[in-house]
Amino acid sequence: MTPAHLPLLQQVLLVLAAMTLLTSFVLLQQARLVAAIHAFAWQGVLVAAMTLIVAVSENHPHLYFSAVLTFSMKALLIPWMLHRLVRRLELDRHIEQLARPSLVIMAAVALVIFSYWLVLPIVQHGLEFTRNIVAVSLAVVLIGLLMMVVRRQAVAQVLGFMSMENGLFLAAVSATSGMPLIVELGIAFDVLVAMVLFGVFFFQIRESIDSLDVDNLNRLTESREDT
Amino acid sequence: MTILLVVLQMLLYVLLAPLLVGWIRKVKAVLQNRRGASLLQPYRDLYKLFGKEARMAHTASPLFRAAPYIVFTATWLAAAAVPLFVTQLATAGIADIIAIAGLLALARFFLALAGMDVGTAFGGMGASREMLVSALAEPAMLLAIFALVMTVHSTNLATLVDYQLTASVLRPSYLFALSALVLVAIAETGRIPVDNPSTHLELTMIHEAMILEYSGRHLALMEWAAQLKLLLYGALLVNVFFPWGIARQGDPGALASGLFFVMLKLAALGVLLAVSETVLAKMRLFRAPAFLNLALLLGLLGMLSTVVLEVGL
Amino acid sequence: MSTSPALWLAGTAVGLALISALLSLLTGKATRLLRIVVMPLFAAAGLVALAAGLTAMLSGGVSTAELPMGLPWLHWHVRLDALSGFFFCVVGVVSFAVGIYASGYIRGFEGGRDSLPALGGFGGLFLAAMLTVLLADDAFMFMVAWEVMSLSSYFLVAFHHEHAANRSAAFLYLLMAHVGGLAILLSYGILATFGHGFGFEAMRGAELSFGWASAAFVLAFIGFGMKAGLVPLHAWLPLAHPVAPSHISALMSGVMLKVAVYGFIRVLFDLIGQFHWQWGIVVLTVGSISALMGVLYALMQHDLKRLLAYHSVENLGIIFMGLGLSILFLSEGHQIIGAVAFIAALYHSMNHALFKSLLFMGAGAILHSANERDMEKMGGLLRRMPWTGLFFLVGCISISALPPFNGFVSEWLTFQSALQVWQLDSGVLRSVVPIAAAALALTGALAAACFVKVYGIAFLGRARSRAVRRARPAPLTMQVGQGILAALCLLLGVLPTTFIALINIVPQQVLGHGLAQATAHGWLWLTPVSEQTASYGAPLIAVLLIVALVIGLWLMGRGVLRVRRCDAWDCGFAPPNAGMQYTASGFAQPIRRVFGMLFHIEEGVESLPDGRRRHFLRVKDRAWELFYLPIARLIEQSARRVALLQSGNVRIYLGWSFATLLFLLWVVT
Repeated sequence: MTPAHLPLLQQVLLVLAAMTLLTSFVLLQQARLVAAIHAFAWQGVLVAAMTLIVAVSENHPHLYFSAVLTFSMKALLIPWMLHRLVRRLELDRHIEQLARPSLVIMAAVALVIFSYWLVLPIVQHGLEFTRNIVAVSLAVVLIGLLMMVVRRQAVAQVLGFMSMENGLFLAAVSATSGMPLIVELGIAFDVLVAMVLFGVFFFQIRESIDSLDVDNLNRLTESREDT
Repeated sequence: MTILLVVLQMLLYVLLAPLLVGWIRKVKAVLQNRRGASLLQPYRDLYKLFGKEARMAHTASPLFRAAPYIVFTATWLAAAAVPLFVTQLATAGIADIIAIAGLLALARFFLALAGMDVGTAFGGMGASREMLVSALAEPAMLLAIFALVMTVHSTNLATLVDYQLTASVLRPSYLFALSALVLVAIAETGRIPVDNPSTHLELTMIHEAMILEYSGRHLALMEWAAQLKLLLYGALLVNVFFPWGIARQGDPGALASGLFFVMLKLAALGVLLAVSETVLAKMRLFRAPAFLNLALLLGLLGMLSTVVLEVGL
Repeated sequence: MSTSPALWLAGTAVGLALISALLSLLTGKATRLLRIVVMPLFAAAGLVALAAGLTAMLSGGVSTAELPMGLPWLHWHVRLDALSGFFFCVVGVVSFAVGIYASGYIRGFEGGRDSLPALGGFGGLFLAAMLTVLLADDAFMFMVAWEVMSLSSYFLVAFHHEHAANRSAAFLYLLMAHVGGLAILLSYGILATFGHGFGFEAMRGAELSFGWASAAFVLAFIGFGMKAGLVPLHAWLPLAHPVAPSHISALMSGVMLKVAVYGFIRVLFDLIGQFHWQWGIVVLTVGSISALMGVLYALMQHDLKRLLAYHSVENLGIIFMGLGLSILFLSEGHQIIGAVAFIAALYHSMNHALFKSLLFMGAGAILHSANERDMEKMGGLLRRMPWTGLFFLVGCISISALPPFNGFVSEWLTFQSALQVWQLDSGVLRSVVPIAAAALALTGALAAACFVKVYGIAFLGRARSRAVRRARPAPLTMQVGQGILAALCLLLGVLPTTFIALINIVPQQVLGHGLAQATAHGWLWLTPVSEQTASYGAPLIAVLLIVALVIGLWLMGRGVLRVRRCDAWDCGFAPPNAGMQYTASGFAQPIRRVFGMLFHIEEGVESLPDGRRRHFLRVKDRAWELFYLPIARLIEQSARRVALLQSGNVRIYLGWSFATLLFLLWVVT
């Protein structure tokens, strides 16, 4: 079965999934924080749109609610909070180049292939078309984690964390038509609280080590040895 | 009849190429609140250059003299295999898309050599930069081709266009391949933001630096070849990704409508190019790798999405 | 047992090569004899080898014979099939051209201190050994010939032994050749154990489990890969090839590396005879890395011959990419695509032999006329040596894989087989192969950049040193040798279909089926898979290009296209002089910067003893620090451990001997 046999909505879904993957890559290598936040917001928009399409095509009414929730949280609220945070921390002109951008990109590509390979048995099992998107969501999760590993800037790490959450949500939507509503609400609330906590932490970190470069946290161990 | 069509298409390529450049310049001028030169100005420029005396430096070798002819012929040959307004062409088989890339690379090879021939600093600089940009563009282009071939199973452009006509499906891989090819085309044809075709500021130019020493008919041929290359990439993009309206048989009605549609599509492409060139600024040379890495990434994602998303459903 | 004309011809070729070696040793002081007798004999040996190869391929049969030589219970077996025949052609055609070229080239050594009889002697022995490797039908004869080939080439590398750098390069070469030979020997050992015999016929029948087959494969890949200069085993190659005399460099880069390819094909495709996708991935990956690293390091060189040597690493990488693709497709049961990739690898072997030898001959001609290897001192040679310049240009276009020359055809075929990756079932393979193909595309484009640099700096522009400004055209024989290869480069580029029809017998014999559809549409069209999939009309492209050139020349001759000479414009600055031209390092600077992390770059300002300061730039091979130095350190450490045994006390030595004796007696009982 090839895309030609799918209804139009599901073709659109595939395109959106591919673009979600693209935003993950953009997040990974975007040097400017503000632009990275925008990319994250776009990823939220795409995830919300995909939820909406799954809701329409598979007729799951509660997914409409999830879509609205995702859109308002991931595409509007959290990016807005991050944006404000970055401005207050005076990081809006901050540029952080990756040390080995091409290597990181190749690693991310390898992650995509790897997650495809992991999902392969599941895909052969069930024949629902959404299962293919599971590979993409897994890749989004893994790339988010990779981003947390390679980025030194704390805000960028939070972006990686949030995009991991996007991937998990996408996996839930595509594999099982979404989680129960109560779980979803709980997660959304958790993410929001996490966001607020991160904000508080940023200020604390900055106050104590005068930077948001997490590599500087290494010094904490050394100072213990000194005493 | 088929031979006639081939000749017609090859003639159309050389005749339309300056028009596309004139059109882009005109749109750009309008966007910048200028009146701009007439659409036919590139033709007048070529005519003027052909009438002028060709001068050559004392230090130039025979290669310098032969290069314009080789560059023009190789580009023209590559164009002969790209369907412009009709798919079934006798020449479509002489070169698939990889051989077309090879012919363009041959043209570029001689262009760069000619740049180095006279022994000026600017020529070497242009050649060095051109080879860097093209080297980085090549893998991106190939991956975009892979993204297409994974579903079409052919690198012959006529087959590709035919396939696109029969099965118009929304595929993520095509979107990625299209964006990657657009970036590659911008880099290869030396447009903003990689190179500025209208600059003569010594230290920023790439293409112009290589043809700096040319004059008269040699310069005309080099300029014409560059215009031809732009039209070639334009035809490639619009016909592979938006093939609607292209003629599939040789009857005059279909041909006329095919020509009409392709000119319409190319005009739209020209407007897009002019808008992007008005909005964007030229990048530093060492930003160009990032630009082409983006193209490479898009090509990779296109290829991956055929594997991950589109097959094995 | 049948002795066919092909085998007779092959024997004659080996004999002629040996006679040329012997005669050369007999010439003594009469070095003129070397030029007028020995080198023509060498060329004749090449020609006969070419004839033998062609006969073997055209007859399509397999001819074998047993020689009354070797060990008493193991006579030497020789065999000439299509695969050997093909490589006979590769060796023969290059040796023929080299023989002609060398009779002019070695004139430059006459009156020097170097021993010319040794040069001719080891050269002949080298050729004979290479041909014998191709003929061998048992592991014993193969290894003997292989070692003779390595040894004789060692002496050729050490020919200019008065420089310490050359001696150490030659020693490194010998060391690596031995380690590689050991790996090959072990691989044959595995095959012989399971096949119960040292003959290739017995090995073909060996029933190998996947584990043992993989062990044999890995050993053969290491052994032959080392000879072929695959990354990271390539370090000897860019040191050893350039220091030999240029016609020997041409033979080593053009031909000896192909013998390694032959050995790999013989062992893997013929003797082991099973294919696994894991092997394909390994070969493909190593091939891609070699291709990419080879060309990137080549770009950083400004010693012309070393640059060419690094390009050998690149091209062998491309050949092994073809072989890797072939293994991959064959393992998944796609016989036709496997054959396409196999033919691509063979085609590229032939092409690389032609254009690399051609380029080395060009470098030799420059060395002969201007005594210069450093590109930074060349310039404007096209006007000084027009024919050499033209032939060198042909070589540059061919190696850059540009139509309508031969390099393009084989790279195009490699791409075509990679593009058929959609036929594979495994999605992981489907996504890995395009990445390798993208690496190949990058390699091709970088090779073009590199040869724009080489040709632009060396042959165009203006001379950068006095010797180059006064360079004289090379002797006629050297030009003829180059001309032959240049013509063949064009011929193989223009008539790919005819050539593929000729070598189609090789996959037919080795893989069991050929590539009928590639040539099904007549000599004009090359359609490796099918007409709809991809086609390339090389003759048409060539004819159109040539017609355009002829019209241009005709118009020029009629005086229609006249030009006026003037000073260079150069944006109206002061008239440019030779020192204002772009240099080779300057040309490569953008690429050096973009790919900076792959090189070990030392750049800065150093103080000279006389107080002046100078900018320096050294680009070193990363393989040394990542691969060789750790191994060297490891060996040194273990040697130190072993040295603990060396206490110096005689009684302790006797004790060791006693213990060993007891142990052996226990083993025997």
